[in-house]
Amino acid sequence: MGLLSNAGALLGKEVRTEFRSRELLSTTIVFVLIVVVLFSFTFDPTANESRRFGPGLLWLAFLFAASLMLQPCFLREQVNDTLSALRLAVSDPFAIFLAKIGANTLFLLLTELLMLPVFAALFNVSFRGQLPGILLTFFLGSLGISVAGTALAAISAQARMRELLLPLLLLPLLAPILVASTEVTVSLMGPEPFMQWKGIGFLVVFDVVFLTALWLFGEYLLEE
Amino acid sequence: MAKRMLLGAAAVLLVIAAAYASFFVAPQERTMGVLQRIFYFHVSCAWAGLTAFSIGFLANLLYVWKRKQKYDWLGVSCVEVGVAFTTVVLISGPIWAKPAWGIYWTWDARLTSTFILWLLYISYLLLRTLIEEPDRRALLSALFGIFAFIDVPIVFGAIRWWRTQHPAPVIMGGPNSGLAAGMVPTFFFAVFAMHVFMWFLIAERYSLEKMRSDVELLRQEAEVT
Repeated sequence: MGLLSNAGALLGKEVRTEFRSRELLSTTIVFVLIVVVLFSFTFDPTANESRRFGPGLLWLAFLFAASLMLQPCFLREQVNDTLSALRLAVSDPFAIFLAKIGANTLFLLLTELLMLPVFAALFNVSFRGQLPGILLTFFLGSLGISVAGTALAAISAQARMRELLLPLLLLPLLAPILVASTEVTVSLMGPEPFMQWKGIGFLVVFDVVFLTALWLFGEYLLEE
Repeated sequence: MAKRMLLGAAAVLLVIAAAYASFFVAPQERTMGVLQRIFYFHVSCAWAGLTAFSIGFLANLLYVWKRKQKYDWLGVSCVEVGVAFTTVVLISGPIWAKPAWGIYWTWDARLTSTFILWLLYISYLLLRTLIEEPDRRALLSALFGIFAFIDVPIVFGAIRWWRTQHPAPVIMGGPNSGLAAGMVPTFFFAVFAMHVFMWFLIAERYSLEKMRSDVELLRQEAEVT
């Protein structure tokens, strides 16, 4: 069994578990919606202002949502101590991380894609013709959030006050993701949209660096 | 004990000497006058803090690799001392910035990444208080320390790229960018003094952590018997 086939099987398990209840997805989507609506009270949501502040607020909402949504990915395994079983089942513990990162990226991306038209309609922001660029940005940003977030969720799951601890550890670490994805999204939603490739490159660098770190140190995070 | 006393005395004397040099030996800066003298203190603290975090990062790596308790003690000592120095930097910076720039704070790359660095290591210290079991605490905090340390250059890159379109601080853009020849000896002396002081603090903190772990061990033994 190779690393990827292991990870693929585990990814299937993560997705099946979630889609049985869909509780993670539905709560996260409602959470993002609430945050986006509340944000509209903090500035005058005219088209110009929204273009300037909207993408940043949207990414901030995604970041907050992720710091809540990533909590259960290891806590779920603690209830019946299924993590030990998983560790025994796969030869490389990195497969467990890959599966969880894949699932978290997928859930985050689904939330973001459902929120995008709502956001565009509410704040009168247009992304016409820029969908491929936006999809790429959302994917790379969510991947970065999931890689760092899954690693830190494995840490916070073993501590007290874990619900508060994860955002505390995660949000400062994700500052570069917030800056880069906001800048790319702003340029894509502007009056003269263009693709900011250096931002995309930056997101790729973040993702690769943290994936490598997790590949090197991941097994220690799961030690008993 | 004698060695520690000696190191402590040397550190304190060196810092006093550096303070004297920065006030009375270094030449007066032309435009900012006496205000510029905080620079010797501010930048040497920043460098000492960064050195402490770098040693802490090495200690974290060594802990994950070797699993010796002493690396955990060294790691937490370095981070605490680094946070203390960075706090001094974050306070002394605005004291200088208000009269020099007219504002306390600007979201420039160096300031912002120092702030994020400080926040990350505060989270590291908080994380340590929330895990009871010593081995687990050591391992998980070492791993978080590693992630935090590799994040810092990325934060700096991001903010430098996108957030520093405004003219960055012109005066004293970098420690070597405009430093007059007469200031160089005082500056490096201050950096050296602060590093000795940092080392003294780390050594003290390390022995405290070691003692704490010994006490914990004794308490556990007492409970068993």
